Amino acid sequence: MATAPKGAASKGKAGKAKTKPASRSGSAKTGANAAELLGYYRDMLLIRRFEERAGQMYGMGLIGGFCHLYIGQEAVVVGMQAAIDARDAVVTSYRDHGHMLACGMDPKGVMAELTGRSGGYSKGKGGSMHMFSKEKNFYGGHGIVGAQVPIGTGLAFAAKYKNTGGVSLTYLGDGAVNQGQVNEAFNMAELWDLPVIYVIENNRYGMGTSVARASAAKELYRLGEPYGMPGEQVDGMDVLAVNAAAAKAVKHCRDGNGPYVLEMLTYRYRGHSMSDPAKYRTKEEVADMRDNHDPIANLSKVIVESGSKTEADLKEMDKEVRAIVVEAAEFAQESPEPNASELYTDVLVEV
Amino acid sequence: MPINILMPALSPTMTEGNLAKWHKNEGDAVSAGDVIAEIETDKATMEVEAVDEGVLGKIVISEGSEHVKVNAVIGVLLEEGENTGDIGDAAPAAAPEPAAETTVEEAAPAAAVSAPAAKPVTAEKEFTGPTTSTTVRDALRDAMAEEMRADENVFLMGEEVGQYQGAYKVSEGLLDEFGEMRVIDTPITEHGFTGLSVGAAFAGLKPIVEFMTFNFAMQAMDHLINSAAKTNYMSGGQMGCPAVFRGPNGAAARVGAQHSQCYASWYAHVPGLYVLAPYTAADAKGLLKSAIRDPNPVIFLENEMLYGQSFDVPDDDDWTVPIGKAKVVREGSDVTLTAFSIMVGHALAAAEELSKEGIEAEVIDLRTLRPLDTETIVNSVKKTNRIVSVEEGWPVAGMGSEIAAIMMEEAFDWLDAPLKRVCAVDVPLPYAANLEKLALPQLADVVAAAKAVCYAD
Repeated sequence: MATAPKGAASKGKAGKAKTKPASRSGSAKTGANAAELLGYYRDMLLIRRFEERAGQMYGMGLIGGFCHLYIGQEAVVVGMQAAIDARDAVVTSYRDHGHMLACGMDPKGVMAELTGRSGGYSKGKGGSMHMFSKEKNFYGGHGIVGAQVPIGTGLAFAAKYKNTGGVSLTYLGDGAVNQGQVNEAFNMAELWDLPVIYVIENNRYGMGTSVARASAAKELYRLGEPYGMPGEQVDGMDVLAVNAAAAKAVKHCRDGNGPYVLEMLTYRYRGHSMSDPAKYRTKEEVADMRDNHDPIANLSKVIVESGSKTEADLKEMDKEVRAIVVEAAEFAQESPEPNASELYTDVLVEV
Repeated sequence: MPINILMPALSPTMTEGNLAKWHKNEGDAVSAGDVIAEIETDKATMEVEAVDEGVLGKIVISEGSEHVKVNAVIGVLLEEGENTGDIGDAAPAAAPEPAAETTVEEAAPAAAVSAPAAKPVTAEKEFTGPTTSTTVRDALRDAMAEEMRADENVFLMGEEVGQYQGAYKVSEGLLDEFGEMRVIDTPITEHGFTGLSVGAAFAGLKPIVEFMTFNFAMQAMDHLINSAAKTNYMSGGQMGCPAVFRGPNGAAARVGAQHSQCYASWYAHVPGLYVLAPYTAADAKGLLKSAIRDPNPVIFLENEMLYGQSFDVPDDDDWTVPIGKAKVVREGSDVTLTAFSIMVGHALAAAEELSKEGIEAEVIDLRTLRPLDTETIVNSVKKTNRIVSVEEGWPVAGMGSEIAAIMMEEAFDWLDAPLKRVCAVDVPLPYAANLEKLALPQLADVVAAAKAVCYAD
């Protein structure tokens, strides 16, 4: 391996063959089979139902503080996750419940962390924004906008250092792209050919400020261009398009070609957090996305039209998913609060 | 069983609101995610979405109602196969208690839990074998080289650590021995490479990050505090950060205010970090080795003026100095002088001056600033009954302030005089040679403070 920076003499970037410059891709369809389609559907549905329940529990006062829901963006994480394997690491911001479920973390442990109980992934000490699973290679849940980007780049650095063949999926929102540290990370990733995919989830608004009002660069998939990083814009409401782009980006990284940018055009139906009155966008805009671009509804049409499943079958699946979520919600309320003695544990790793 | 639809809270502080509008009528079918109502507070209007599927069986609270309590039943949803006959008396009492109230009640027992006793620190081994006179610079390099030989997951990154051989030559020769994969020159982007090193540490590597000076680490403060120090706690103990962040700290010579600051108390404030600031070459080596081996993030504060000073260092690759243990470097009976890093030299020189006047000072090299070795300081004060804290940083909320507080809490009855602090004066460090000298603690300041607490002026 060679994590080391390459001197100008050893490598002229200008001469380096890149797979492809930044581009927009249409809704490239994968040749996903019926079982895969159904898997995507179920995974997206689990996130949707989980988040709806979380929103309800927040409203009941069972979840405190901040709670950022992922409803509307499910296709992004499900499409990406389907393209990676157990070697690969995932890190994201505070809108993280969907990523954790997609990584295979137990809905019970996630929901119990939201309620601040001992059965939560962080024993109740992290909350909605701070959950981790070493077992599932999920590295958080980070609350400072953009901070997960150098961290994700470090996960890629470790993969290259240890020669694991692993790739780091580093998610960030459109609101994070102009953070200085994001650009610092892009520079090092390309300089050292690190296997990291920067998945920009462009849901159009960083809290209440639209991309148009916050970013001089509007085509976020091109943000890696100054560093020589290929990028692609993807319909993030279409799980198949996401998966096709993900597969390509993962291959690019695994082949040792360095980092990749994917801009996912997506949308969050709910506010930035639970207490967002959403005055910065129109109801018509939200309704149009829900009614005409919903990733779950659209995939259900594809599945039913293909004839592999009926609407009744999908409804049955919805019931199963709902039961999992209800079970998680019950666990999250029954699990006891952390023991008071936990206040002082885990500050340091005990030797 | 019919499902009660409850008045939701928009935020943890909301207790009541207005039910502005129903978007569904009794008898309407409802799917999960459908907007069924709108509620408003003085701050915002929010849509209420259905979480379950069914038919809106009954509207309990009509639209336009004001001051509706959070968690009151506002409607009832019928599931498949149910009808309005299944609706009993909608019982707002069945709604769960708002979480806010229980939190207040339960806060008391949690607060009553006392902090665990400090973990006993492994006693320092008395080294009796052969030693070699070594500079602090070489001792630091040897520590890194030995640990890199012993553990291939240890690597060094920072500005100019490789081809340039270190801005202060601390990493001299490491690139030649360990190669480009383990001695990595970074771009001048402290925020980015510090975050990168934290990610690498989460994934099991053991980074040593060199800051050209700790002044530049302010660019990386967010990752040092929010990412490195807090993640183990926030993850319930799953994700430690075995990284060492090291480099020169404090004033050098005539480099001006932005390059001359002591960050000791900044980092010592933060749970989840170890903060080390050695004086001798032996401690620099022994503590850096302990820091690299430790699974926690360590802030390792060096001093440019000390790099070229030589001290005897044990000839033993396995010799380490425990984190968390101060050292009495001169015994005395009349006054205790605490110091760290370059100020230990001042304290020792002051002790010699004081001795000529019949005052025997006990000098403690703190070495570790977090966790502070309170026991060693208190034991010394029990003997001397007087104490002076010496540091190069500013006085306000400095290490001396912390030691003063410890004296109040743990040694009040043993004190014969109030503690005195010797610090930098409370201004940005000036460039002019005469002003710089006036701003930084001098030998005479330490002597004067010691005599003052001994009432020997």
